[in-house]
Amino acid sequence: MDNLLSIVIFLPSLAALILAIVLRGEDAASQKNAKVLALVATIATFVISIPLLTQFDPSNTGFQFVEEADWLAGLKYKVGLDGISILFVMLTTFLMPIVIGACWTVTTRVKEYMIMFLILETMMLAVFSSLDIILFYVVFEAGLIPMFLIVGIWGGKNRIYAAFKLFLYTLLGSVLMLIAIIYMWFEAGTTDIPTLMQHQFASENMVILGFTIVGGIQTLLFLGFFASFAVKMPMWPVHTWLPDAHVQAPTAGSVVLAAILLKMGGYGFLRFCLPMFPVGSESLATFVMTLSVIAIIYTSLVALVQEDMKKLIAYSSVAHMGFVTMGIFTMNQQGLDGAIFQMLSHGFISAALFLGVGVIYDRMHTRDIDAYGGLVIRMPVYALIFMLFTMANVGLPGTSGFVGEFLTLTAAFKANTWIAFGATTGVILSAGYALWLYRRVVFGDLIKESLKSITDMDMREKLMMTPLVIMTLLLGIYPALILDLIGPSVSALLEQVHAAQGVVMDAAPAAAH
Amino acid sequence: MEMILLFAPLIGSLICGFGHRIIGEKAAMIVSTGGLFLAAILSWVMFLTFHGDAYTITIFRFIESGTLSSNWAIRIDRLTVIMLIVINTVSALVHLYSWGYMDKDPQWKEGESYKPRFFAYLSFFTFAMLMLVTSDNLLQMFFGWEGVGVASYLLIGFYYRKPSAGAAAMKAFIVNRVGDFGFALGIFGLFYLSDSINFDVVLDPHNAEALAARTFHFLSWEMNALEVITMLLFIGAMGKSAQLMLHTWLPDAMEGPTPVSALIHAATMVTAGVFMVCRLSPLMEYATFTPNFIVLIGATTAFFAATVGLVQNDIKRVIAYSTCSQLGYMFVAAGVGAYGVAMFHLFTHAFFKAMLFLGAGSVIHAMHHEQDMRNYGGLRKKIPFTFAAMMIGTLAITGVGIPATLFTLGDTPIGFAGFLSKDAIIESAYGAGTGVAQYAFVMLVIAAAMTSFYSWRLIFMTFYGKPRGDAHTHDHAHESPLNMLIPLGVLAVGSIFAGMVWHGDFFGHHWEEFFGSSIYANHDTNHVIHDAHAVAGWVKNAPFFAMLFGFIMAMWFYIWSPENPAKLAKQQHGLYQFFLNKWYFDELYDILFVRSSKWLGNFLWKKGDGAVIDGGINGLTMGIIPFITRKYQAIQSGFLFHYAFVMVIGVVVIVTWFALTGGSH
Repeated sequence: MDNLLSIVIFLPSLAALILAIVLRGEDAASQKNAKVLALVATIATFVISIPLLTQFDPSNTGFQFVEEADWLAGLKYKVGLDGISILFVMLTTFLMPIVIGACWTVTTRVKEYMIMFLILETMMLAVFSSLDIILFYVVFEAGLIPMFLIVGIWGGKNRIYAAFKLFLYTLLGSVLMLIAIIYMWFEAGTTDIPTLMQHQFASENMVILGFTIVGGIQTLLFLGFFASFAVKMPMWPVHTWLPDAHVQAPTAGSVVLAAILLKMGGYGFLRFCLPMFPVGSESLATFVMTLSVIAIIYTSLVALVQEDMKKLIAYSSVAHMGFVTMGIFTMNQQGLDGAIFQMLSHGFISAALFLGVGVIYDRMHTRDIDAYGGLVIRMPVYALIFMLFTMANVGLPGTSGFVGEFLTLTAAFKANTWIAFGATTGVILSAGYALWLYRRVVFGDLIKESLKSITDMDMREKLMMTPLVIMTLLLGIYPALILDLIGPSVSALLEQVHAAQGVVMDAAPAAAH
Repeated sequence: MEMILLFAPLIGSLICGFGHRIIGEKAAMIVSTGGLFLAAILSWVMFLTFHGDAYTITIFRFIESGTLSSNWAIRIDRLTVIMLIVINTVSALVHLYSWGYMDKDPQWKEGESYKPRFFAYLSFFTFAMLMLVTSDNLLQMFFGWEGVGVASYLLIGFYYRKPSAGAAAMKAFIVNRVGDFGFALGIFGLFYLSDSINFDVVLDPHNAEALAARTFHFLSWEMNALEVITMLLFIGAMGKSAQLMLHTWLPDAMEGPTPVSALIHAATMVTAGVFMVCRLSPLMEYATFTPNFIVLIGATTAFFAATVGLVQNDIKRVIAYSTCSQLGYMFVAAGVGAYGVAMFHLFTHAFFKAMLFLGAGSVIHAMHHEQDMRNYGGLRKKIPFTFAAMMIGTLAITGVGIPATLFTLGDTPIGFAGFLSKDAIIESAYGAGTGVAQYAFVMLVIAAAMTSFYSWRLIFMTFYGKPRGDAHTHDHAHESPLNMLIPLGVLAVGSIFAGMVWHGDFFGHHWEEFFGSSIYANHDTNHVIHDAHAVAGWVKNAPFFAMLFGFIMAMWFYIWSPENPAKLAKQQHGLYQFFLNKWYFDELYDILFVRSSKWLGNFLWKKGDGAVIDGGINGLTMGIIPFITRKYQAIQSGFLFHYAFVMVIGVVVIVTWFALTGGSH
C-alpha cells in the first residue's frame, strides 16, 4: 500500500470522529462501548503499523514510505520515515493500547476522554513522521491541547494550575521555535525537511550589541528550536512543569506524557538541530551537555527526598532524559545510538512505573509513599513486576535501561571526561532513590490497617504490563534489534553533520584573513 | 558442555521461581538443586580435563554501536575453570544445605511459600556469577557484576518483614554501585583509549604497554592512561570485595539467611574483585601506582577488619569481618604480582570460609536462631559434628601446619588449606621487597595473629565453657539434619586437603604452565614468585608463630581466665569502643553522604525548584497563572472544557492565518 503511513496516522482520529458522532449517552454501556472502540482502534493502528517495520530497509538511510499531498494554502502534507523516526512511530502505536487499557477505570466523560487520547495519538504519529516543517510545527503544538485537557479535566485536585503550567511553559518555548521556522522559510524558500537538512544556513560569527555570537545565524536558529525542545524534554532548569503535570495527570495521561510526549524533544534535536544547524550545535554542545549533567545530578537528588510516588518518578524521568540530551550532543555514534535507545527504553520503563503507581492508586487513592509498606505480602506479582522496573530504572545490565545509559556515558567520556564523571554519579543516585522507594512501598511488614485487604494485580493490569516486561528484557539482552535499525541512519546523519562542520572549520581561518 | 554448565542454574532458577505453583514446592527445589549439582559435576570434569589453552564460544551479539562491539560469550581458560569449580561446588552444597536450614524457618507464617523463592534467587545468583567469570569482554563481566549485586540485594532483603533486612539490602546495593561507578568509568576509558572492550584486544600485553606510555586528559589533569584506567577498575573491585572505605555493606549483609552468607558473602561474590584484578593482570603488570595502591588497601583492610573481628559478639559478624580481612590478603598477593597466589587463597578460602559460615548456620539452627555468642557456651557435646566441622575450619583459617623450615613432603608443606595459601601470600609480600610490600608483610603477620585470636575466641565462646543465656534453648539444642551435615563434610575435606593437593600448581615452580595465558607476568619486572620461595627462614616461620600467639592469647582470655576480656574492655575503654563500633565508618558516612545528600536534595527541591525556578519563571512570565486559578477555582471543570475547546479553535485559526499570509508571500 502506498499510503500505509497515512492510514496509521489518521486511523485513531477516524475512530475519534466516529466516537464523537455516533456514540451518545453517559450510561455504563455506552462508556464501555467508547472504551472498547478506542481499544480496538489503537490495537488496529498497531497491527497496521507492523508492516512499516517489516518492510523498512535499514540500509537505506533516506526517507521511506514518503507521501506528499497539497494541504491548505499552498502548504504541503509530507510524511515519511527513516531509521530514527520509525522507532518512535512504533513506540507510539505499541503503547497506545496500553494507555487505553489504563483508562478502563475512568467513569467521568469517558467518550471525550477517549477522543482526546485518539486525537493525541494522531498528533504524536504526525510529529514523528512529518517531513514538512510547518506541518511539524502545527502537530507539535496541537498535540499539546489534548494533553492540556487530559490534565485539566481528568486530573487531580490541583489540575488547573498544573495544566496551565504545562501549557504555558511549552507554548512559550514554541514561540521562539516559530520565529526560527519563519526565518528558515524565508531564507531557504522551502518548508521541506529533507531539503532543509541539506541547506547550509549562514554560520559566520555575528556581533549583536557588542556580543560575538559564534556560529552566527545557525546558533540563533538553534537556540530558537532549543527553547522549545528543552522545555519539552524537559531539561534543567525548565523542568518544573513536569512533576506538577505528572502529579495531577490521571494515570493514562502520565503514561503518555512520560513515555511518548517527552520524546518529541529528543526527536526534535535529532531531526532539526543537528542536521540543520551543525555549527550552532557544535558551538553549544558543551553548554547543552553541562545542562544535562546538572539535570542528572540535581533531579536525582531531588527525587531522593520526594514523598509522592509520582513526583519521584517524574524527577527520575528528568534525570533519564538528561542522558538523552547528553548523548545527542556528544555527536558521535555511541552517543546518538545510546540517546535513541534510552528514549525508547524509557518509553517502556516509565510507562510501566506510572502504571505501577496507578495500580495501587486505584486501590488506595493516595500516592503518599508513607501510606504504603509491606505490599509484597499481599501483592507478590505486583512486587515482582515493580522490582523488575525499579531495576530497569536504575539501569541494571540485562534490562533495556542499561544499554542507553552505557552508550551515552561511553560517548560522553570521549567528548569530555568531566561530563562523563558527573553523569556517572547518576548511576549511584538512581539506585538511591529507586531502591528507597521500593523499600518503603513494597518491603517491610504489612501493618497498616488500610492495606490489610489490598488485592494483587488483576488480569487487565497484568495484560498491560506483560508487553512492557517483554520489551524491557528483550531489548536489554538483545539490543541489536534496535541498534541494527538505527545504526545506518545515525551514521549517515553524523557524516553529514561532521562534513558540514568540517567545511566551516576549514573556511573559518580563510575568512579571518 | 559449557552451555549446559552455564544455563543449568538459570533454567533451574526460572523453573523453580515461576513454576513452583504448577510442579509443587518440592519438585521446584529438586530442579534448582539438581541443576546446580549438574553444573558442579561438569565443572570438575572441565577443571580436571582442561588442557590449558583458552577458547571462546560465542552465544549471540550484545551491544554493537559503531566501533564498540561485544558478544554474549563463554571464555574458558584456567582462571575461569578455577572459578567454575569454586562457584558451582559451593553453590551446589549450599543448595543442599538450605533444604535443612530453610525448612520451617520461624521468620515466616504458616502457609507462606518462601522456599522456592529462596532457591530461585540462589540459582539466579549462581548464573550471574558464572556470567561474570566466563565473560570474554568487560561488558558481559559488568552484567554479571551487577547481576550478582541484584541477587545479593534480593537475598539480603529476603526476610522482607524485618526493616533491618531492607536497610542492609539497600546499603549493599548502593555501596556496590559506588564501586561500579569506578568500574564503569574504567570501561569507558578503556574503550576510549583502546577502541575495544574485548579481552582479546585490551588484555594484549602490547596494548597495556602502549597505554602505559600514553597520557590523556582526565578531568582537569594530564595523567598516565594506564594508571587512571586500572585505578578506576580497581574501585569496582573494592566495592564488590568489601575493601576498606567500601566495606561497610558486608557486615550488614549478614541480615540475609546464613546459607546466603556462605555462598555470596564468603566464597564467591566477594572474591569477584580479586578475580577481576587477576583477570586484568596484563594491565596491572605495566602499571606501577595502582598495584602499590592495591597492596596498601589490601594490607590495611586485612588489619582493620581483624581488629574489628576481635570484639564482635554476633557469630556471623565475626566471620564477616574475617572474610573482609582475608580478602585483603588476596589483594596483597595480586598487588605484588603473585596472581596465582591470590587465586590460591581465593580457592582454599572458599572451602573453609563457606564451611565456617555453614557451621555457624548449624549452630544458629541448633540454638533456635540465636546469634549472640554471649548466649552460647559448652555446645561441643550437643552438636559434635558441627563442632568438628567448625574446628577444621578454624584450623584451616588460622593456618595450622608444620612450618616449611622443619618438614616438607617433596616441595609441599604439610598443613591445612589456609596454612599453605596464607603463608604463600605472606612470603610473596616479603619477597616483593618494595616499601609498600614491606608494610603489607608487617600488617599481614599482625593480622594473622588476630585472625587466630578471633577464630579461637569464636570456638571457645561457642563450644567451651558453661552454657550461657536461655536455659531452655540450650536444653533443646540439637544436631542438624543430614542434608546440612553432608555439605559440611565435603567442605571439611576441601579445607584439609585443597592446600596440599594444589600447592604445586598455584605456587610451585610450574605455576606459569598451570595458568597458561590466563595470567600474564612481565618477566622483566616481576620475579615475585621466585623471590617468595627464596625468603629467609624467619619470614616463613613468622605466620606460624603469629598463629600460635593468637591461639595462646585466646586460651588465656577465654579458657584460663574468662574474666579477662571484660577487665580489658573496661581498662581500654576507648579502643574497645572504637573497634566495637567498627572504627565509626558508618557514623561518618551517614553524616558525609546520607544526611548531606538528603539535605541537598531538600534544598534543591524547595529552594532551587520552588523558590528560584518556579518563583522566577512564574513571576516573570506566568504571573497570570495565580490570577487564572484564583478566578476559576470555584468553577466546574465543565466550564474549563468549553473554554479549552474555544482555545483549540483559536489555535487552529492562528496557525491557518500564519499559513495563509506566509503562503501568499
